Amino acid sequence: MTYLSVRDLTVRLKDGPALLRSVSLDVAAGEVRGLVGESGAGKSMIGKAILGILPRAVEVVSGQIVLDGVDLLTLPPAERRVRVGATCALIPQDPLTALNPSRRIGPQMTDRLVDILGWSRANAAARVQDLLAEVQIVDPARVLRQYPHELSGGMRQRILIASAFAAEPRLIVADEPTTALDVTVQKQILKLIAGMQARHGTALLFVTHDLGVVSKVCQSLSVLYAGKVVEDAAVRAFFAGPKHPYSAALLAATPKYTDPDAGLQPVPADVIAAVRAEVGHG
Amino acid sequence: MVEGRAEVKRKAGLRLWLSAGWLGALVLVALLAPLLAPNDPLAQDLFAGRLPPFWVSGADAAYPLGTDSLGRCVLSRIIFGSRLALTVALTAGVITCIIGAGLGLLAGFWRGWVDVVVSRFIDIWMAFPPVLFSILLIAVIGPGVFSIILAIVVIDWTRFARVVRAEAMAQGAMDYVASARVAGRGRMGIMLREVLPNVLPIVLVLLTLEMGIAVIVEAILSFVNLSISTDDPTWGGMISEGRSSIHQAWWVLVFPLVTLFLTVLSFSQLGEGLKDRFDPVLR
Amino acid sequence: MGLLRTILLRLLTTAITLFGVAVIVFFVIRVVPGNPIAMMLPPGATDEDIARLTALYGLDKSIPAQFWIWGAGVLQGDFGTSITARQPVLAMVLARLPATLELSVLALLIAVLVGGAAALTGTRLRQTKVEGGIDIAGGMALSVPDFLWGLLLILAFGVLMPIFHISGRVTPSLDLPFVTNFYLVESLIRLRLDLTLDLLSHMLLPALSLAIPLAAIIAQLLKQSLKETMHLDYVTLARTHGYSEARVIWREALPNALLPTLTLVGVQFTFLIGGTVIIERLFSYEGLGNMAIDAVINRDLPLIQGIVILFAVIFTGVNLVVDLMYAALNPRLRHG
Ligand SMILES: Nc1ncnc2c1ncn2[C@@H]1O[C@H](COP(=O)(O)OP(=O)(O)O)[C@@H](O)[C@H]1O
Ligand SMILES: [Mg+2]
Repeated sequence: MTYLSVRDLTVRLKDGPALLRSVSLDVAAGEVRGLVGESGAGKSMIGKAILGILPRAVEVVSGQIVLDGVDLLTLPPAERRVRVGATCALIPQDPLTALNPSRRIGPQMTDRLVDILGWSRANAAARVQDLLAEVQIVDPARVLRQYPHELSGGMRQRILIASAFAAEPRLIVADEPTTALDVTVQKQILKLIAGMQARHGTALLFVTHDLGVVSKVCQSLSVLYAGKVVEDAAVRAFFAGPKHPYSAALLAATPKYTDPDAGLQPVPADVIAAVRAEVGHG
Repeated sequence: MVEGRAEVKRKAGLRLWLSAGWLGALVLVALLAPLLAPNDPLAQDLFAGRLPPFWVSGADAAYPLGTDSLGRCVLSRIIFGSRLALTVALTAGVITCIIGAGLGLLAGFWRGWVDVVVSRFIDIWMAFPPVLFSILLIAVIGPGVFSIILAIVVIDWTRFARVVRAEAMAQGAMDYVASARVAGRGRMGIMLREVLPNVLPIVLVLLTLEMGIAVIVEAILSFVNLSISTDDPTWGGMISEGRSSIHQAWWVLVFPLVTLFLTVLSFSQLGEGLKDRFDPVLR
Repeated sequence: MGLLRTILLRLLTTAITLFGVAVIVFFVIRVVPGNPIAMMLPPGATDEDIARLTALYGLDKSIPAQFWIWGAGVLQGDFGTSITARQPVLAMVLARLPATLELSVLALLIAVLVGGAAALTGTRLRQTKVEGGIDIAGGMALSVPDFLWGLLLILAFGVLMPIFHISGRVTPSLDLPFVTNFYLVESLIRLRLDLTLDLLSHMLLPALSLAIPLAAIIAQLLKQSLKETMHLDYVTLARTHGYSEARVIWREALPNALLPTLTLVGVQFTFLIGGTVIIERLFSYEGLGNMAIDAVINRDLPLIQGIVILFAVIFTGVNLVVDLMYAALNPRLRHG
């Protein structure tokens, strides 16, 4: 059953070039979909459009973002905000800047439960403490009283993950959640997200530029190039044989996740040229 | 952006020209005061006291903007008052600028003990209420044009010193200074030939703003009767008199006030306009 | 230990600064050319008179000895005797202090409320005509100093629409039950709201004159700071929680935007207090500043010294409080 369905979404810089061009992608309830593409392809832009946090300089030109049967783009802003807040969440890229430096962890996590979902303070506090335990934070009660600057990057990312699951959302957008972390921590965090997703049955849109990660956590994936989806496939089929030449090149360029020493191969220039022509880019 | 860059630039240009125009006119008026003033600014006519300006009934055509309680011509006094205002603005502004910017440049570029001393002095200066400090000075050395200028210099040199010090420090850290050093040039030479030209635009902006401040300080000191002798025409003195007879003769307050307002506004707008001009983002 | 260290260090620099102020006040009055004693006496005073007064004020001793005597007195609260009023300077100055404090704090309150509201509105409606209007109004407010605003307000609300008082602190014919000189505070405590209104009607225009430039500065700085904060990741993340724009600004951006604004507003508040000198004169408000100008006109040097030092204490005190507030509000310093 499709939970999120993005249809022909076109987004552009105000009075400028298109950043997303007729993008379509579906995420079924409980499914993990990877969203891959090189830096600047527009991956984050899709996530922002869904969550309603597009930069002011950017506007939606056309398309639909259907969440649980309702097109978000037709809703009044306030209603959309609350609906998204109650059913979706974001795991951001950089844990060091994603927590409010002047507020304690506790209220940062409970506020949305109390203010948006109407929970009692006590329930919210208990819930948040359980979640911190679930993301393997020792002494959650203490951490809830701390300020972000007292915690390490890995700890903060765990908190952000716990926070994303706090309201039992139906959909989480994870925007390169491990890119900013140490390599040693990356694996743990990845495992943590996958585990949490499985336990809570949340649909996950997993943004990454790492096909190795996709093969581990995703069931399906969309490949984005210059704001356009060039391939939409099930993970197994994709790794067996990508249909689009750009996807094939991307796959070839990815160091074998099984063998990190295999070396990096650049995407061949002729493939780039062909894809550019196809997506109508220069 | 609500407005385009061209629109912003056009408005900034207009602002610049309007204020420069007013100040230029004022300079001319000050220079040609004896020719322009319809009456002797000191002449009293007790039978013509508190005459209203020309468009109000009961006015005397000889006094276009009316007279004060002693029957002195308001217009003529404003015209002659511009002389003191501009003299103070120019002298005090330039002297303050030279001393403050000089110390700031030395402290910021030379660093070391010069910087320690200058910075400490700036801190102490910041602990003084400026108006009070000027009053203290004038209490000790007595009123007069010289005192006003001295008071402004002594109080406001920190305005220049703080900004120029920071700017010189930033410039000193730049590559062109390092390469001049490597080329074996003396520090003094580098400071004057390389760093100084780069801090000059901001100094010019500060100077313009300082002149506006000097005009206000002069007016304030005249207002509290600590400027030159009370008979001589000053805008602040006229405002002081106008303030006390505000219910009987509003024009004695309003005309010098408007003149002072426009002058101060022009200096500050000119300064802001120049700042925008020199700002590489807008250029 | 971070906070304690900060406090101790700040106390030390405050002491050094105050000492510097005392030295400067002392030397400006004694060393600058001109004989203060001769200036204090009416014209035609004999040399004998001058010599007597010189001895009375200890001016016949060496400068370091004078400084020692004077400094020791100041530390014991002895600021000398006013020449015109023949009363202890300290008592005179302290009697006027409440009026000036009430005026300054009222002005600060107005400036913070108006400036803060303008900054928040400008941020909420950023990149609209409203923000443009706020910027233009702020630019205007800043191009003209408090003295001119005072005169314009006198014209507008004292003459054109005479709805507020333009001189004095309180209507003298009223029956005043006050035992302290904090009239405004006391009228509130005694629930004499008629007096509160009368006091406010006198204080509003001078307070506004002082508040207008400061409000503009607060609006500018805080709005700039808010706009920078609004781009940060944690604010964007908070938006996805479903909070309204107003709440995002208020709860997420404001606490972090306040900190950089606070220090600058502290400095500006000391300028505001300095401005009371001329504004009190303009509105014939019986505070410290008005007394200072009279003291200068009367050449009352002991009184001038006392007032200047008291102002310096207030200034450094404000700066100290601001720095401590900064340390207390900054979680990084609090839990160094
Ligand atoms: N705030 C913004 N203003 C203008 N352009 C932006 C902004 N944010 C992103 N872009 C542009 O949109 C494109 C897509 O960006 P993004 O979605 O962040 O890429 P990525 O796939 O690396 O996440 C890029 O070309 C980027 O330059
Ligand atoms: Mg991205």
